[in-house]
Amino acid sequence: MGKVVLKLGNDISTDAIYPGRFMATVLPTETPQYCFADYTGFNTKARTEGFPPGSFIVADDNFGCGSSREQAASTIKGYELKVVAKGFARIFLQNAINLGLHCIECPKIEASEGDELELKGTKLLNKTTGKEFDVLPMPAARQAIIDADGLIAYTRKRLLEKQKA
Amino acid sequence: MGMTVVEKILARATGQEKVKAGDVLEPKVDLAMSHENAALVINQFKEIYKGTNLKANVWDPSKIAIIFDHRVPAESAKTATNQKKIREFVAEQGIDKFHDIRADEGGICHQVLPESGYVRPGAVIVGTDSHTTTHGAMGAFSFGIGATEMASVWTLGTVLNVEVPKTIKVIVNGKFNENVGPKDLILYIIGKLTAQGANFKVIEFHGETIKNMSLSGRLVLCNMSVEAGATSGIVPADKETERYLREVAGVTDEINFVAPDEDADYVQVMEINTAVIQPQVACPNTVDNVKQVSTVTDKKINQIVIGSCTNGRLDDLKTAADILRDKKISKGVRMLVFPASWRIYKEALNEGYVSDLINAGAVVMNPGCGCCLGVHQGALGDGEVSLSTTNRNFKGRMGNPNAEVYLCSPAVAASSAITGYITVPEKGNN
Repeated sequence: MGKVVLKLGNDISTDAIYPGRFMATVLPTETPQYCFADYTGFNTKARTEGFPPGSFIVADDNFGCGSSREQAASTIKGYELKVVAKGFARIFLQNAINLGLHCIECPKIEASEGDELELKGTKLLNKTTGKEFDVLPMPAARQAIIDADGLIAYTRKRLLEKQKA
Repeated sequence: MGMTVVEKILARATGQEKVKAGDVLEPKVDLAMSHENAALVINQFKEIYKGTNLKANVWDPSKIAIIFDHRVPAESAKTATNQKKIREFVAEQGIDKFHDIRADEGGICHQVLPESGYVRPGAVIVGTDSHTTTHGAMGAFSFGIGATEMASVWTLGTVLNVEVPKTIKVIVNGKFNENVGPKDLILYIIGKLTAQGANFKVIEFHGETIKNMSLSGRLVLCNMSVEAGATSGIVPADKETERYLREVAGVTDEINFVAPDEDADYVQVMEINTAVIQPQVACPNTVDNVKQVSTVTDKKINQIVIGSCTNGRLDDLKTAADILRDKKISKGVRMLVFPASWRIYKEALNEGYVSDLINAGAVVMNPGCGCCLGVHQGALGDGEVSLSTTNRNFKGRMGNPNAEVYLCSPAVAASSAITGYITVPEKGNN
């Protein structure tokens, strides 16, 4: 359960999430400071007060379109936020899964900033409006990486299996 | 039901007779490309090996390419330090396909790869750059991945859990109208498909127009396929691919042509006649906000950019030079030119294009990506407008969220440089 701390529209690009001018900063421990850097109010709040873990960013379709920069996933992950979107761009979604950023694909989501959301299995409940929305299941291929706690751990496991074989 | 080109490539890369869209596979990688973000890949690669008691060696150094292009020469101590770490890693691992900041080997990765003969039809190519889709122009299945995923590729030599994408078939017929070319075509297609219309799908290009198009133009189409969300664009290899590989890339070994089956399964078929396409422009702030140039001709411009991985090739520079020869760029407008590679820069020097551009007032920069994504050189001031042959116009893309970026062809950009406003190229410039 958590509140919506940022509500966004369609086609939010990785340039919006993590502007290119900060791309020389790469380490997941250092990227959170530039999260939505040009959304000044949000960025200032994130850096100073922060958000309760499990708070939500909610967006419309094609969230994370544009570049392959992994910083776009690690910068959000740094605040333990979850992302709900009507749809995600491919590389962003894969990066998020690889790094353990929780993304929820919810094609009909309606929510405003301040609303309280709760994920209940395959449903996402907007407790403020009382409306409930279907969540799309992750394809099995991606679930395996999530279950392994991210791609680093998953690849390490595969590497060790390969060594034994 | 037969297979699409990408299905055939993935069948080969997984040692299977047949694969179909939706299958989950682990294809072998033929080429793994990174640029400056190799710094993060190296970090994640070492993380994978942590606690394993194994020495962190890449699976096959001959299949890794690293090209410095995003911030060259380094704009900051931080970048220079990252580049230094990458050089050390390259030396330690024996990675030969490394292109440093040098005029005898350097350039933008999406030009250096094809012209160096690293890209082959039928190959599986991954790159830590979304415009890795570019190499589909050579008949390869080539797609962008993140840094951690690349670290996994460096470790295992395969891409884990790839879901075979569905394919959209785009058939293009007809001769281009005057001053219309591949950039206008792909902007037109993106406008029709929308910025998400090809998400998780491949765009396979066919038709007479594509058959007659140079490899350089095909690179433009596949480069920008990602702007419709596509996993990759692909042009099945043909005689033109072979010509480029032999004559330009100097490849002498066997070429593996992969064509789709006639009864391949496409999720969507789009037919286009080029007769309907006039010069196109993508207006702020999404690439699918595409209009005819003739409808936005009152827009005043501060900066023109010609170049990048999209439109920095010799034919693009020729188009610009032909329009600007013995002319002057409008006062108050600055024009930056980024050739796609040093090889192209030198060819443009030899052909006299660089002189033509310089005499008109253009600043010819070293090959690089920095301006396009707002990380290095060519930043815009508050309220300024850039007209650019690059590939993205997102808010803040060129380094300033209070500026605007319009995307167009080299012909439109060069013509607009003379007037200072977005301009339809005059007849006779083709």
